[in-house]
Amino acid sequence: MLKVKNLHTYYGGIHALKSVSFDLPEGEIVTLIGANGAGKSTALMSISGIVPPRYGEITFLGRPIHQMSPDRIFALGIVQVPEGRRIFPLLTVTENLDMGAYLRNDRKGIAQDIDYIFSLFPRLAERRHQMGGTLSGGEQQMLAISRGLMSRPKLLLLDEPSLGLAPVLVQLIFATIEKINRENKTTIFLVEQNANMALRIAHRGYVMESGVITLEDTAANLLNSEKVKQAYLGL
Amino acid sequence: MKAQSLPFIRRAASEIFQSLLVSCWFMFLTFPIMVIKVNPLERTIDWQWMRLVWIGLAVFPLSFVWRWLMKRKEHGGGQDGEDSWQKRLGEKIRADRKIYTALLAILAVFVAAFPFMFSSYQTQIMISALMYVMLGLGLNIVVGLAGLLDLGYVAFYAVGAYSYALLNHHFGLGFWPALPLGAGLAAVCGILLGFPVLRLRGDYLAIVTLGFGEIIRLVLENWNAFSFGPSGIAGISRPWFFGADLSLGQHTVFLYFIVLILVGFTILVVNRLRNSRIGRAWIALREDEVACQAMGIDKTRTKLTAFALGATWAGFVGCVFAAKTTFINPASFTFMESAIILSIVVLGGMGSIIGVIVGAMVLILLPEYLRAFSEYRMLVFGASMVLIMVFRPQGIIVGVRQHYRFGRKESTEEQGERDAASA
Ligand SMILES: Nc1ncnc2c1ncn2[C@@H]1O[C@H](COP(=O)(O)OP(=O)(O)O)[C@@H](O)[C@H]1O
Ligand SMILES: [Mg+2]
Repeated sequence: MLKVKNLHTYYGGIHALKSVSFDLPEGEIVTLIGANGAGKSTALMSISGIVPPRYGEITFLGRPIHQMSPDRIFALGIVQVPEGRRIFPLLTVTENLDMGAYLRNDRKGIAQDIDYIFSLFPRLAERRHQMGGTLSGGEQQMLAISRGLMSRPKLLLLDEPSLGLAPVLVQLIFATIEKINRENKTTIFLVEQNANMALRIAHRGYVMESGVITLEDTAANLLNSEKVKQAYLGL
Repeated sequence: MKAQSLPFIRRAASEIFQSLLVSCWFMFLTFPIMVIKVNPLERTIDWQWMRLVWIGLAVFPLSFVWRWLMKRKEHGGGQDGEDSWQKRLGEKIRADRKIYTALLAILAVFVAAFPFMFSSYQTQIMISALMYVMLGLGLNIVVGLAGLLDLGYVAFYAVGAYSYALLNHHFGLGFWPALPLGAGLAAVCGILLGFPVLRLRGDYLAIVTLGFGEIIRLVLENWNAFSFGPSGIAGISRPWFFGADLSLGQHTVFLYFIVLILVGFTILVVNRLRNSRIGRAWIALREDEVACQAMGIDKTRTKLTAFALGATWAGFVGCVFAAKTTFINPASFTFMESAIILSIVVLGGMGSIIGVIVGAMVLILLPEYLRAFSEYRMLVFGASMVLIMVFRPQGIIVGVRQHYRFGRKESTEEQGERDAASA
């Protein structure tokens, strides 16, 4: 579905992605694991066009997208849920969700999707009129993912959804990610430091170190690989 | 006994010493303007030493009051009480439909009867105030909602005024067709300026818009063939009223109602905008650009809309201004105007409609009614501005949206989650 080939991304003089290539097959969950500062978020930012790559190419459903503006990439069905949630603190839960449907005008469909999201995360339904800034960390993460779903994406880019959450909540979030993938056939690219959890729900995985992809395999193989066990699973 | 009274005496001494310092400092600061009086005819200097004494005596007690207020503010007592007082009143009025409609009706009657109750001079002042309400609400879209610091807002006001003046002068175009034209031209200018400039942030945007405001003024001042330079354009027609030949007083009343209707229209539009998607996109963009981009919001276009809409309103008011004074020249469009409009937005409370209305009333009416104090009025004006900013930094009326607080409960909960995750 999405193909990334020899991608190079820079922040001014900092060379953050060095010839990165990967493949996201339709309908799968693919995870990208790596330590802090490896360049995982940069990879997502490059796909969504917020930090455009300098060299290399990205094709989505056969179309090159690496020179498009973020809003056009979004309109094609690629949605990023950024690291640290970044929900709008001054807007209510419902308003936040509506922001996710910014490019849509079908009121009925939007209302339906909001209902679907409230069935995924009943906690959000209880807090629908509360300001985003007053939610707890876990609720904010639920809201961030839900907001991303509001445009009915074909490809969902999730940046460290488990960051700073209690284990119970991580379980809940990951179960929901699996559910979204299963029920809506949404392709999911999951960036994580929590390699154990990510590899358990993913089909394939990539390992990134200092801007370079060092390993790629099926998730099951990566879980059993000695290298991954030592470096990322703490075994 | 001694152990108890000693700290008290020590504190009192230090307080008195502080106040003494403050009053000396003020005596020093005001020395050139208060004490030295040059008599240009006899070429002598009168030293008015008594004034220095008065200043010292006045500042000494005031400094105690000031420190007491500051302390109260730091402890949050006064602020909270005031907030809840305002909030409670607001909630009560809103909850009780009867009081709400009654108040609204009284206000409507008062506003409608105003030009018949008061003199033509008072009506003129009120027209100015209402014009600034509109300017404030227009700039509020740009600064309060979209968070773009525009220091050259007066440029669009000038575009509106000159559009009407020039169209009227050359083609005899009336006020009514010129009103949408002037607003449209201002909007076009807003887009033309905004397009290259809106990728700048914060201070840079402020500087560029400031420059733009000055450029427009300088062009108007120097391009004689186009704008008639500093001498301006006179004899601009007043608004047409079904062909009736109105007296000057009647014209004022008519203009008052035109402005009133425009203000009502503005309030309606801004209110709708604020609760619309684009309004929320402005607020969201002000808060977090990356999150907005991740939602597929076109950053430039959204900001441009805010900029152009703000400019449109300045254009409207510009036309009204030209019709009101029937004479315009570049001197009416200095940076001072931009600063006053911005002060209205900031003092009144960013993003709040009622706040902007109150801000405009205070800032425009206060100097008018302070004329009794003649030369001191700007001093009093400045002092009130400083006082409001010190004691109500969010503005006189706090916008409802800004009214949430990050509770302590939430942060500990998040902390707990993090702890649990790392454990
Ligand atoms: N906005 C930025 N400006 C400059 N350097 C950045 C910026 N964001 C990230 N970097 C650098 O790029 C590298 C990759 O960062 P990032 O993609 O955030 O890593 P990860 O998400 O894997 O923790 C790091 O060295 C980081 O310091
Ligand atoms: Mg990251």
